[in-house]
Amino acid sequence: MIVEGRVIKLGDKIDTDVIIPAKHLKSTDPQYLAQHVFEPIDPEFYKKAQGAIIVAGKVFGMGSSREQAAIAIKAAGVRAVVAESFARIFYRNAINNGLPAIACPGITSEVKDGDLIMVNVETGEVMVGGKVLRGKGVSGMALEILKAGGLIEYLKRLQQGSRG
Amino acid sequence: MKTLTEKILSRASGREVSPGDVVEVGVDLVAFHDLTGYHVIEVMERVGVKKVFRPEGVVIAFDHLVPPPDVRSAEIQQTIRRFARELKLPNFHDVGYGILHQVLVESYVMPGQVVVVADSHASTSGALGAFAQGMGASDVAAAAITGRAWLTVPQPFKVVLEGRPRQWITGKEVSLEILRVFKADYFVGMSIEAFVEEPKAFPMDYRITVANMGVEMNADALMFVPDEETSKYLKEMRGVSLSKFERPDSGAKYVDEYSIELDNVDFLVAAPSSVDNVKSARELSGVEVDVVFIGSCTGGRLSDLEVAAKVMKGKRVRSRCIVVPASWRTFKRALELGYVQTLVEAGCVVTYGTCGPCIGGHFGVLGPGEVAVSTSNRNFIGRMGSPQSKVYLSGPAVAAATAVLGRIAEPGEVP
Repeated sequence: MIVEGRVIKLGDKIDTDVIIPAKHLKSTDPQYLAQHVFEPIDPEFYKKAQGAIIVAGKVFGMGSSREQAAIAIKAAGVRAVVAESFARIFYRNAINNGLPAIACPGITSEVKDGDLIMVNVETGEVMVGGKVLRGKGVSGMALEILKAGGLIEYLKRLQQGSRG
Repeated sequence: MKTLTEKILSRASGREVSPGDVVEVGVDLVAFHDLTGYHVIEVMERVGVKKVFRPEGVVIAFDHLVPPPDVRSAEIQQTIRRFARELKLPNFHDVGYGILHQVLVESYVMPGQVVVVADSHASTSGALGAFAQGMGASDVAAAAITGRAWLTVPQPFKVVLEGRPRQWITGKEVSLEILRVFKADYFVGMSIEAFVEEPKAFPMDYRITVANMGVEMNADALMFVPDEETSKYLKEMRGVSLSKFERPDSGAKYVDEYSIELDNVDFLVAAPSSVDNVKSARELSGVEVDVVFIGSCTGGRLSDLEVAAKVMKGKRVRSRCIVVPASWRTFKRALELGYVQTLVEAGCVVTYGTCGPCIGGHFGVLGPGEVAVSTSNRNFIGRMGSPQSKVYLSGPAVAAATAVLGRIAEPGEVP
C-alpha cells in the first residue's frame, strides 16, 4: 500500500478541538465534517486538502475520542497523516476509518510544506526527495482493518463470514 | 514480578502479557454518553448487529447535551433512549443523573477491571485501579457487540505521591505539576501507576481528578494502585466490602519512576492554549477574567465544591461564575452540606450533571476575546467557544479566588 501526495505541514500537539470543533459533533456526515476540518486555525483548509499528506509533530490528534476528527480529515481528501507521534485514540480512529497513519520520528525536520512525499504504509518507509525515513508501518489486525477500508467494513465481512 | 498493568491485561487476555504486546482482551464494562452514543449505535446499525455482549456490561449516561440545547441534541437522546429500551439495558441514565465518568466511578467500576468508554476521559476510572481507555465510536461499537477489544500493552511508569498536600491543593494541582514536569507528549505509549504513600492524605476525589487528567498527559492509562482509601470509598459509596484487590508485585519492573512531594505542589494554572503550558497562579495574577467555570468530570466533585464554598463564603463574585457539580449525588450532598447555598449567595449560577461549557456546547459558551478560568481539562483553541477566547485551567481554590477578585488569584489573596 503506497500513498503519494503533497505535504501540508502542521505543528506539534495538534488537538481534536482544532481538527473538528465540538459544535460539529452532532453529525457524522463525512462531507459536512470535511468542510469544517481545522476550522479554528484555517477555515479554508478543506479547499487545499484534496490529495495531500499531512505531516505533523508530536502527539497528533491529542484530546477527545471524537471519531469525526479522523472522518473529517479523510473526507477532505487527505491521503495519509505522517507524524512524529500520535495520540493513541486518534491513531485507532484513523485506521478504523481507512486513513493511513504513520509515526515517523524525525519527519518534521526533513519535510517542508509543499514537498512531494511517498509513504509505504506497511513498511513505514517515507520517501522524501532522495531520502528514505523509517517510520512505524501498519501491521497485523490494524492493517487488515485499513485494507478493508475501515472497521465497519471489516466487521461486516466478519459477520458475513460467520453467516456463510 | 508484575506491574498492575501487566496483571490486569494478563487476566483479561488469558495469557501472560508484556509491554508492547498487541493483545485481545475481554472487557468488563463498555460505556458511552449522548454525544458519542448515537455514533456508536449508528456504527452498530451499519454493521448490521443490534445486540450487546452483556446488557449489564453497558453503562450509558447523558451528559454532553444535558439538558438538550437544540432539536438535534434532543433527537440524539431520543435515539439512545430507544436503543436502551429495545435492548433492555439496565444501566441507562437519562438527563439529571450525572456525568458519565463520575457515574462510572460512583456506581460501577471495580478495581482490576478493563473498561472501554467512548470518551477520552475514560482514564478517570483508573482512580479505582481499573485499566480504562477511551476509544472512538467504531471501536466502542465493536467492544459493545463482542465484549472484546484489541490494544497494545503499554510500558508501565511508576509515580509515587509522598507526604500530604498543603491546604486547598487538590488533585488538579498535582495533575498540572505532572504536566509541568513531563509535558503532554512524554507518556505516549505508557501507563502511569500511581502509588500513594499516605493513602488518607490523597483521598479518592483527588485521585479521580488525577486519573481524569491522565489523558491530557497522553498516557495510555493512569491507575491508582488500590489501597485502604479505595476500600473506604467503595464502602461509603456502594456499601461494597472489598479488602483484597490486584496490586503490583513489589519488585515489578517499571520503565521509569518519579516521586512528587505533595507538600511542595503549588497553586498551578495551565495557560492558553495547551494543558502543559503550566505556570504558577502568582505569575498570572494580573490576568483579568470574565467567566469562571467550576465543574466537569475533572473539577466538579464534592471536594471541589467544598473548597470553592469556603473561599467564597460571605463574598460576592466579580467574574461571572458557573458551578456544575458532576452528578446528582454530588449535588445533593453539596446541598446538604450548605455549599450550594454559599455559592448561590456569592452570585454563582448553579446546575448539575452536565458537561456544560467545558466543550463549548452550551451553558456559558465564551464570546470573542473573553477570558475564562476553568476547573475542567482542556484549554485548546476554541474549546469553550470562540476561537478568540482564552481558557486558563486551575484547581477549585484558584478558580474561586479568581471569581471573587475578577483576576487570577490565589485563595490567600481573598480578603
